[in-house]
This record gives sequence, C-alpha cells and structure tokens, in this order.
Amino acid sequence: MFLSAVPQPSSQPGSRMSRHQQQQQQQLQQQHRTTLRLTDNVVEVKSKFEAEYRRFALKRNGPGGFTAFYRLLQTIHRIPGVDVLLGYADVQGDLLPINNDDNFYKAVSLANPLLRIIITKREDEPIVFATNSLQRRKKGLGLTGLRSSGFDSTRSKNKPGLMIGLPQNFRQISSIIDVDILPETHRRVRLHKHGTHKPLGFYIRDGVSVRVTQQGVEKVPGVFISRLVRGGLAECTGLLGVNDEILEVNGIDVAGKSLDQVTDMMVANSHNLIVTVKPANQKNNVVHRGSRTSMGNSGSVGSAGSAGSALSHDSPSPASQSNPITASNSIAEGDSDDDDDEGDLILENDSLTLYDSSRVTNSNNTNLNRDSPSNRPFPQSVSLPNSVGASLSDSSVLMSNHNGNPAHTSSSSQESMREDGNIITL
Amino acid sequence: MKRFRRHGQESQRDRLKQELFQFNKTVEHGFPHQPSALGYSPSLQLLAIGTRSGAIKLYGAPGVEFMGLHDENAAVTQVHFLPHQVELVTLLDDNSLHMWTLKAHTGLSELLEIGRFTLTGPPGAPPSVTRVTAVLAHSSGELLLLGTEGGHVFIVEVPGFRELEERNISLDQVASSVPDDYFGRRNLEHVEALQENPVNPNQVVIGYGRGLMVIWDLEKQSAVQHIPATQQLESVWWTEDGDYLLSSHSDGSYCRWMVSGVNEEEEKSDIPYGHFPCKAISKIIQLPTEEGPPFLLFSGGMPRASYGDRHCITVIHGKTHVALDFTSRIIDFFAIRDGPQHTGRQHTGDPSALVVLVEEELVVIDLLTEGWPVIQTPYLVPLHSSAITCSHHVSAIPLKLWERVLAVGDLQSTHYSKKPWPITGGQNLAPDPPQRDLLLTGHEDGTVRFWDASGVCLYPMYKLSTAGVFHTDADPNDNMNQGTEGEWPPFRKVGCFDPYSDDPRLGVQKIHLCKYSGYLTVAGTAGQILMLELNDEAAEQTVEAKVVDLLQGQEGFRWKGHTQLDVREEPVLFPPGFQPFALVQCQPPAVVTALTLHSEWKLVAFGTSHGFGLYDYQQKNNVLIKCTLNPSDQLAMEGPLSRVKSIKKSLRQSFRRIRRSRVSLRKHHVTNSNKLQEANARLEAELAEMELAPVQRKIEARSSDDSFTGLVRTIYFADTFLSDSSHNTPSLWAGTNGGCVFAYMLRLPPVEHRAEEPVTAQPAKEIQLMHRAPVVGIVVLDGHGAPLPEPLEVAHDLARSPDLQGSHHLLVISEEQFKVFTLPKVSAKMKLKLTAVDGSRVRRVGVSWFGSSRSEDYGESGLVVLTNQGDVHVVSLPNVKMQVHYPCVRREDVSGIASCVFTKHGQGFYLISPSEFERFSVSTRCVVEPRSLVEVPLHSSTQRRPQPDGASSAHRNARQDSEDAESAAKRVMEHALLNDEKVLEEIQKSLEGDQTSILENNVKSAVA
Repeated sequence: MFLSAVPQPSSQPGSRMSRHQQQQQQQLQQQHRTTLRLTDNVVEVKSKFEAEYRRFALKRNGPGGFTAFYRLLQTIHRIPGVDVLLGYADVQGDLLPINNDDNFYKAVSLANPLLRIIITKREDEPIVFATNSLQRRKKGLGLTGLRSSGFDSTRSKNKPGLMIGLPQNFRQISSIIDVDILPETHRRVRLHKHGTHKPLGFYIRDGVSVRVTQQGVEKVPGVFISRLVRGGLAECTGLLGVNDEILEVNGIDVAGKSLDQVTDMMVANSHNLIVTVKPANQKNNVVHRGSRTSMGNSGSVGSAGSAGSALSHDSPSPASQSNPITASNSIAEGDSDDDDDEGDLILENDSLTLYDSSRVTNSNNTNLNRDSPSNRPFPQSVSLPNSVGASLSDSSVLMSNHNGNPAHTSSSSQESMREDGNIITL
Repeated sequence: MKRFRRHGQESQRDRLKQELFQFNKTVEHGFPHQPSALGYSPSLQLLAIGTRSGAIKLYGAPGVEFMGLHDENAAVTQVHFLPHQVELVTLLDDNSLHMWTLKAHTGLSELLEIGRFTLTGPPGAPPSVTRVTAVLAHSSGELLLLGTEGGHVFIVEVPGFRELEERNISLDQVASSVPDDYFGRRNLEHVEALQENPVNPNQVVIGYGRGLMVIWDLEKQSAVQHIPATQQLESVWWTEDGDYLLSSHSDGSYCRWMVSGVNEEEEKSDIPYGHFPCKAISKIIQLPTEEGPPFLLFSGGMPRASYGDRHCITVIHGKTHVALDFTSRIIDFFAIRDGPQHTGRQHTGDPSALVVLVEEELVVIDLLTEGWPVIQTPYLVPLHSSAITCSHHVSAIPLKLWERVLAVGDLQSTHYSKKPWPITGGQNLAPDPPQRDLLLTGHEDGTVRFWDASGVCLYPMYKLSTAGVFHTDADPNDNMNQGTEGEWPPFRKVGCFDPYSDDPRLGVQKIHLCKYSGYLTVAGTAGQILMLELNDEAAEQTVEAKVVDLLQGQEGFRWKGHTQLDVREEPVLFPPGFQPFALVQCQPPAVVTALTLHSEWKLVAFGTSHGFGLYDYQQKNNVLIKCTLNPSDQLAMEGPLSRVKSIKKSLRQSFRRIRRSRVSLRKHHVTNSNKLQEANARLEAELAEMELAPVQRKIEARSSDDSFTGLVRTIYFADTFLSDSSHNTPSLWAGTNGGCVFAYMLRLPPVEHRAEEPVTAQPAKEIQLMHRAPVVGIVVLDGHGAPLPEPLEVAHDLARSPDLQGSHHLLVISEEQFKVFTLPKVSAKMKLKLTAVDGSRVRRVGVSWFGSSRSEDYGESGLVVLTNQGDVHVVSLPNVKMQVHYPCVRREDVSGIASCVFTKHGQGFYLISPSEFERFSVSTRCVVEPRSLVEVPLHSSTQRRPQPDGASSAHRNARQDSEDAESAAKRVMEHALLNDEKVLEEIQKSLEGDQTSILENNVKSAVA
C-alpha cells in the first residue's frame, strides 16, 4: 500500500513519507490548489477532524485502498491510534461513509475536484449519514463549504432526509454471486439465513420446463418457486420470484430429482442456501459489459432495503469498474465444510452431581469461549462454535469484517473469516 | 508422487470394496401377495403359485424355491405343469401363454421363460374367439388344448407353441352333432372345462358354459358322446377309472354321469346344501381310496342367504362330511396322493393331503390322520395373519436359547398334524446356514412371532401374545370354538389369517431381545413396555405395573389420544415361553418410539414423543425420567387424534386419485373413438385442475418450534468415556426428532449390592445439532473404530472386548448426515453429508460386519443405510466415507422402506407386500439364497418328444432301469453328504458332466 502525503501546514514541502517499498512507486508532491487543478490525475483532498483542516493531494489512479488512506489520514491529523470514522461529501451534497475499498474508490473517482473528508471519533455520538445531510449550496457545483458545527443542524430542513445507516449496522442477508461464470439468463442467489429470525419464506412446486435443444423445444419436468411468504427472507431480497425455475441447490443440479428431494436438499442447506434460478422475469438480468468481468459478491441488500431496490446493485458501479474483483467460486464458499460443522451446540456437564432434570436446562450461565484450553476450572462449559458464537456476541462485526475485504478471493476471505471468528469470540 | 500413491491406494480400496460388498435380492419370504393361480406337478412334486402382479413361484421341499416374473404386468390366471416334464405353462390376464422351464445350470436349477404365445384367430374374428378360458396340458406332454370364449378348442404343440390347425375343434364341428332336443344348442357359450380321460388319452371332455359336455376323440376328430347338463357349468372331473364324469354347476349342484360311449345318462344329481338357493360349486374332484369310499371334495356350494359369505371346501369321505371354513377367498385346491408314481397321468394311492390356496394363506390338510388336522407349512406362512407393525432381527442365536424357543414353540403347535410336509420336489442344495438367526415380528394384535430366519425358509418357531396381561374387550376364546354339534353345514374353521385386532392399543411397536440372557422387552402403541423372561414351565403370576409420567410437571397440555391399557390385577396363567414379569406404562400413553435393553446392567430404556425413561427391571423402579417436550409443541401433546388434518388431506388426495383412475379406466375400456376423446378431454381437464392447485413444499429451516421435536427416535447404552478419558462408565444416550442428543452417566452398584443400592443417572452431555434433523442412530466406536459390542457379548466370549485404551468416538446419525464426535470432550471430528448433497434422507440404519470374499480373516464394520429414496448405502467406519450404494426399494414404497431391518452381517429384510419379506444382501460373504435342483422326471426321458413313436421300447426300458438305479444311488448319497460342501460340489459337477464316472469318484470320496 502506498500513500504519502504532506500536510499543508507543514513547512517542509516535498518531504516524503513513504512507508512501504513496492514495485510501484508513487509520488505525492506538496502542491498548491492552483497547480493541482491543472492535473487531472490528482485529487485535492480537504479533510477535517474536529476543528482542524488538512489539505493534501492524492493520485487518482494510484494503488492503495481504504486501509492505507485511513492510516494516511491518521498520520496527517496526527491522531495515530484514534479510532475514527470517515465520511465524504459527494456531489449531491450527501455525507457518505468511507469504510471500505469500494466506497473509497468511489469517493476518489467522484471528487470534482475537491474531496471533502470529515473525520469523526468513533467514540463520539455516531454521526448520521443521510441524504441532504449537507447543505447544498449550488446545483451541480458541489460544496463550497461545510458547517463546522456538526451535521444535525443541517438536517433542520422541512424535508427530512432518507436515513442511511452505517454498514456495520447491516447484516448481509443475500447476494447475487458468480455473475461472471453463469449464463446471463441465470441468477445464483445466496440467502444468509444465518442469524436472522426471518423465515426463508418460499414454496416450491413441480412444473414443466421448456428447454431449447438442438432437436428443438423440449419439455422436461422442473422445480419452480410457487409462492413467496410475505415478510420472508426470499421476498425481502427481491432476488427470487414466483415461477423462477430452480436449477441448482448449493451447486448441485436438481435435474432428475423429485420435489421432495429438492425440498430436503434446500432444508438441509438452509443455513447457507445458494439457489441458482432461471428467473421468470428475464428483464432484469445482469448484462455483461464486454470482456470486463463484472463484480461478484457485490450486491448486498440490507434488511431494511425494500424489494423494489433489489436490482439496483446489479448494474456495476463505477467503483467496481475501477477495481475489478476476481471471480469468486460460490460453490467452494457455499459448500465450505466448516461453516455449519461448528454449528452444534454442545453442553457438557462434568461436575459429578446427582441427576437433576432441571440442572441441564438451567445451565445458561455458560462460558462462550470455545477454545478455552481446559474445562477443569469450569464445572459446566458450553462450547460454542465460532460462527454461532460470533452471531451471538456481535455478528455484525463478523459480517462487516467479511464485507470489508472484498478484494480478497473467496478462499482467502474464507480463511480470514475463520481466523476472525476466533478472535471475535474472545 | 503423492497423487500417484494416492491413486494406488484408491484402486486398492476399490478392489477391497468389490470383495466386501455386493447387492443381491435373494429370496422372498412369506406368502405371495394376491395369489391368482395354483398349479401342481405330481411327478415333480412341485407347487406353483401365480400372482396378480405376474409373478410365478415354485415350491417343493423346504428350501426348494424358484421365482419368475412375467414381463407383462398382468395377472396369472392359470398355471399348468406339462405332465412328467419340467415345463409349465402360464396363462395371463392379457391372454398370453408363457412356457417356463427349470433348467439345470452348474448343478442348480433355475426357472426360465422359454417361450410365449398368443392365439391368433382368423382375420376379422372378434377377440373373444381366441380368448383362452380353459387350458389342458395333455398327458403326452406334447399337446396343449386351449378352450376359448368363442367355444373353440385350439390345439397347440408344446413346448414350441406350434398351432396344429388341422386338429382344432371348432364350435361348428361340435354344434352340428349336438342332439336336436338339447335346449341350448344354439349357443353353447365358452369352453369352461377341458379334461382328459385318465385311461384313454385320446379322449377329452369339453365342457361348455351352457352346461353341455362333449367327449371328443382326438384321434378320430369326432364327438364320442354328448352329456346334456342343463345348468351353467362350473367344472368337470373325470374319475380315475374313466367310467364317470362329475360336473359342478352354478346353482350349487353337482352331477355324476356314466361314460358309456353310447347314450347319455345322468346317474346322480345332488345339491349338497340344498333346499334354499346355493352358490356355485366352482370345482369338484373325486379320488378313490384303496379300500373304502372315495373322497369327494368340492369348493363352494353354500346356501346363498345364510352362508354365502363363507369360503368353504367340503370334504366327504364315507360318513365323514366336513365343510372346511377358510379365512379368505379360495383360489384353487388340489389333493396329493401318496401312492407310488404311475406311468399314467395320475398318481395312484389314497389322497394324503388336501392343499388349498386361499387369498391370504396356503393350508394343507392331512387327510390320512383322524380329524384331518392341518399340516404346519414350512414356507408360504402368512406373515400378516395380523398386520406386521415392526420387526427386529437377532443374528447368531446361542444354541441353548434356540432350543428353548423351539421347545416352547412345539408346545404351541400340538394341534398340527405330525405328518411330514407332503410336497417334497427338488433337492435343496443350499449349504447349512452358518448361524442361527431369529426374526421377530410385532403385530397389530399384540403378538410377537419368532421366525427362523437362518435359511431360505422363514419358518415359524414361536408365537408370543402380550394381550393376556391386559383387559381387552374381546374374550380370547370367543368365536374360536367349533359350532354346536349337529350344525349344518358342518363347518370347521381352518387357517390362521386373522387381520382383526381386538384393540389397536395392543399393537407392538418396538422389540428388543437379548440373545444371551433370554430377556425380551416389547413395547406397544399405548405406551406399554413389557419385560419378559423365557420360562420353560407355565407360571401363574401378576404383572406389576409401574406408571412413568414423562411430562415431569409440564403443564397446560391435554392428551387427546387413547387411554392407557387396563392391567389385569389378578394373577394370570402364562404358558411356557416368554412370560411377562414387569410392566412400565408411559403417561401420556403415546406410542413407544425407541427401546433398548441392557441385560447385563438389567436396565431397559424407552422413549415416546414426550420424553424418555430408564427402568431398572431388577429393582423394578424408575431410574430416570426426562421430558424432551418443547412447551410450544401442542401437536405432540394431543396425541394421535390431532392428525385429523393430515387424514383429511390424504382423503382428499385419495379421492383425487380415484377420480383420476376412473378416468383412466374409462379410457381403457371405451372402444368408441368418440368416447375416447371425451375421456381424454376429461383427463386433460383433470390435469389442468391439478396444475391450478399444485403440490407445494415449504422451504424452511428447521426450528425448535417444529412439531414433534421432542420425539425420541433412538436410545442407546454404551460403556464408554463420558466424563474423562481414563475411566469408562456406563452411559445412556438418547436422540430426538429435533436433532438433540442427551447423554447420561449411569452409576451401577457393585454386583453384590445390585438388588439393594439404587442405580443413578446424571446428565453429562447435551448436543444440539445445528441442522436439527432427527437423530436416527447413535453408535459409540471404540479405540479401533469398531462399534461397541452388544451387552453380554464379551462375557460369552463371542466378541472381542472393546478397545478401552484408545479414545472412543461418538457417531451420531441424523436423517441428513453422519457425524463423528470425539469423547469424552465432545467436539466434531468428521462428517458425511447426505441430504445436502443428493436430497435423500436416512430412513433406516444398522451396523453390520462385512467379511471379505477373498480372505477369510479380513472384514470390516460398516453402517448400512436405507434412504427415503429406497437406496441402500454402505458407509465405512470409523471414517464415515460412502462406500457403495445400490437401488433397493422403490421410492414410492414408503411402507417397504419403513419396514426394513438390517442384520449384523450385511443382510436385510423389507416388506414387499403386507405378507412378504424380501431378503437382500449387501455382503459378499453372507448370502442366503435358494439353491435347489429339480431333476427331469424319469418318465420324461422315455417320453421325450424327439424320439419318434417307433423307438424300440425294449431299449427304452433298459435305459430307464439303469437310470433308475443310478439316480437312486445318487439320492441316497446326497442325503448322506448334503452337508459336505466338497462332495456337494463334485455332485454338482457330476450332474453336468459324465454321470457314472464321477459318481464312482463320489462313492470313493465318501468312503474315504
């Protein structure tokens, strides 16, 4: 990662703060606004932390991601070790968060020409990102200034802004995956039942599927979604619809399987269900753009999201274009053997007490530490597998962590997830 | 390099798999479902039964069994053996004729279909012309006479099915010669019966439906005599001396006619149960005796109004007249005669046994013993005399227990005839079973039947009734006594098929037998668990009942199911056999769903939909009661009545099915194209309607709120490391429908204080599987990865003691996956997913030992699994890897899948019909299948068709004599050496190759 910057108030222009040695060297010069405007590939950054402003320049297409940028800001503001939240003001005047590579690149790419960064301490009262949270002065000209006195005052308009919560307040409940390896007519949807209390909420039925073969049109038996339960996970995502044909369940072709078999397969995989469907409505398919791989693992719909907005994430955003992600193999991920392996809840009672039926059921004051080295000190111990433990303690941390590294390939993200799982439970 | 080595290992493993596993459906036990035809060959002494599903089964001496299946899915309506040959002809519902033969191949006979034939009439003739209604296999063994609905008799040469058109007897030929005064000469109707003259093979009698019988000379091709019966004809019998014909009629009468060759003469006519209108006599036979009056046997003929619903065969011999009252509809019957074989068509000698095939059983009556007792059938026993509700298999029974069970069983069968089984055809060449196996079936009426399942014949050993412990509505002796003296007709009930249960709560649901101690526990529908002990003497005792409240104070529930059974408080006299000494009654009285017995610890554990309990049957008190009920699970609480909803649903479905089938029936029957279209349109509309309301399946993760999550599916005792890895302790494990496993540590007092000090149980572990699928099996594997032996197995030196050094593992089998956990600290180690991968679910599971077919001393344990798709899988232990899988049961056959039991040696049984078990084997070493040989009867070699008529008879006789001697010698030897496999093999070889030379070898080796 390579980012260096010189804070504007510094009296030593040209000093370099390189922190890594990599093949790609990046230079950042201390420059004035006027000179900076002349170069297209440099972004002018103005960051604010509490009452302090810093200005510096950033290469638009330079490498490095959110983490590097975050560290850079910490250095510039001389607040190393302080946990902060980053936000930026976009063209429409909305204050939007920067907390991963995606929205970082997005912010950089949209800077026109100035990128305004607002840094807040995490311990502070959480700021509310919202539309119209920043006062828009002039149409299309971006912001010329920011009020220094918090953002709540900016919301004192008649029209309340639409609330956008922090990403860590969301849990991923569904995603479209493997867009790049599937035919355009198919859609592979992953439903994360994990941790939500919503029912999966759909029904399937037998039906007749029409296939076009070399011999002509052929009718074969198929399995279709027959009904979506209102308020269920399937309906909320908007990714599945009535009469969608089910082609695969967690990577296994359902052709030739009976309705009951498909039902059992889905129920058995319900904790992490990946269904490949051929949507009945083919209008909203993901369109492949040339040779460019579109982004896998991109779409995520918050639980607050409505069905109507579901397809918005299908279209690749500029951010994703600027940072293509290698295709993830959903099957490997979905079928990862260990995600439910650790799911069993095991209660052990090693204390030698006489039989008492109420004993076991009341043993809820349990130790959540799965990797506790010895059970001896604890007469009763509960081993909670990491995933469950995570979901019980703070599943959002896990999920945001997972989302925070979209540049990883699936396998590495899987691994990091596993490692993180143990850390989180501690 | 690594990959290369791995590849080598895999191919080695594949080879090993081939040595360990193979799938065979070996034999069908029990009584064929829906039998439709019966045949018998006096020369082969083989019995043949055809069924509505197109199966043909041949039975001879016990163990001699053959089975064939017609390709057509049509009912077998008639079976006829060709006299003195190994061929038989079957007539199917679709008017096709099939030729079967018993072909000897490598010393074993097999039943093969060798030809099929359908009569073709002249072009343009209606199908009734060639619709076969009567078949006569001529005694020459070369001709088949086929009477048809059109009234013609076609003559066909067999076994090649060559039509001999010039010899056909057309209706016109017959009708032209009918006397003018015969009232029905205009329409003789179909050919009802064809019989050959026992003394003159050239003469046959053709009986027409209208009543007319014509004696026809095949040689002269002309009518010899007309017998003008006026009643609708049912059957014809030609007496052995050839002098008389017996005809039976639809009005319940039979007539005897003198065969004079000149004029027709009715000698005698009788309506045996006359005065009031009677039902038809469907078959009549008369057999002479050496001295004394002949036997007259006929079926039917009962007074229509009063006894029209009885299924009777009347046997009249001199002054003795008995109407045998059978349990179900009579299909057919025949008599066996005990005389020496005659070169003619019939056996001579007195009738020794009457064999009756009724719809639900085969009854053989000893006609030589006073009182005509029933002979116990060694096979074809109706398993379903009361509906089977569960089964339990116990392998390798110790000889002592075996003999005791046999002895008490013998005491029960004193009313059977002492005569040996009269059907003795063929030789059973199957090696003696390597061990004694018991199959126990539980029945709806509260009985448990013990079957000898060691060999090809599933032989009934002993029947235990648990109903005597309880007060039931019906008196057990009700209806069983004979009618009062002087009753007419003189009925006598025969047969054991009795599907009516006095009280459905008596139904047996779970059985567990300890083969070492002779303790048996039987659990039933109303939450009753009986402990029984084998006692060789009759004993009068009261059975102490202990009520177990499984709800444990859970409130707000109301049991809407049946009440618990009332226990007899007074002492009850129990006959020798398994006698109950303790009873546990679960409260609420729900069906017992899991049961196990540990005879060494003297504990029995049981589970219902509400919880499970542990009972100490030595001290007769409860050790542990655990309620597994989810408080929100109303369904489980209310009991069976709450299933109304599903009944409604199934009713709707069945109505729909009926409607659909009616449509298809109509489609099948209408010939008019207009109507056909109409039916098609209706079918389409029906389909469209189905399209509108499709069958839906809800996709939902299981939750703890689902119904019946607390139902206990499996319960298991293990001596293992539950708390720490240095001390093994007794433990109890229970798995529920909701994917939960409970483990309890048991503390047993030392043996000397076992009777006084209490047994205690304390909770040790609780595992909630994340996928929440029902737990169907729990097995603890020892340090070698082998399943723990059964209780007392080690004490009896029959099993290697478990490895207590290495660490034990817990294998939890849920409907969806197999999962191995470490012990004593429970953590997941390995697993095998089933449902997530192929959508099938575990229905039945067993632990089996598979021996290698190649090396005697190699074998391994494995899990045998039957899925809801009907596939059998073998999963290796302890590393839970899928080894092989075979399709076994049709997936639609839900009751078949549910009825499956596995043996400890890789075999299994499942019900293919209410009355039949299919036996299969997944092991290469343990295969029980019929191996039998049927030799061509001696006469056939002399009367074989390739020999022209002019062959020298002297030569023939000489040859026959030598063969006689040879085969007699062979038979003696085979009897003597049947158990010696080596000799057997040589005998088999000898049968293929040069007979005399190897026979000498045999003799030598036998002497040596």
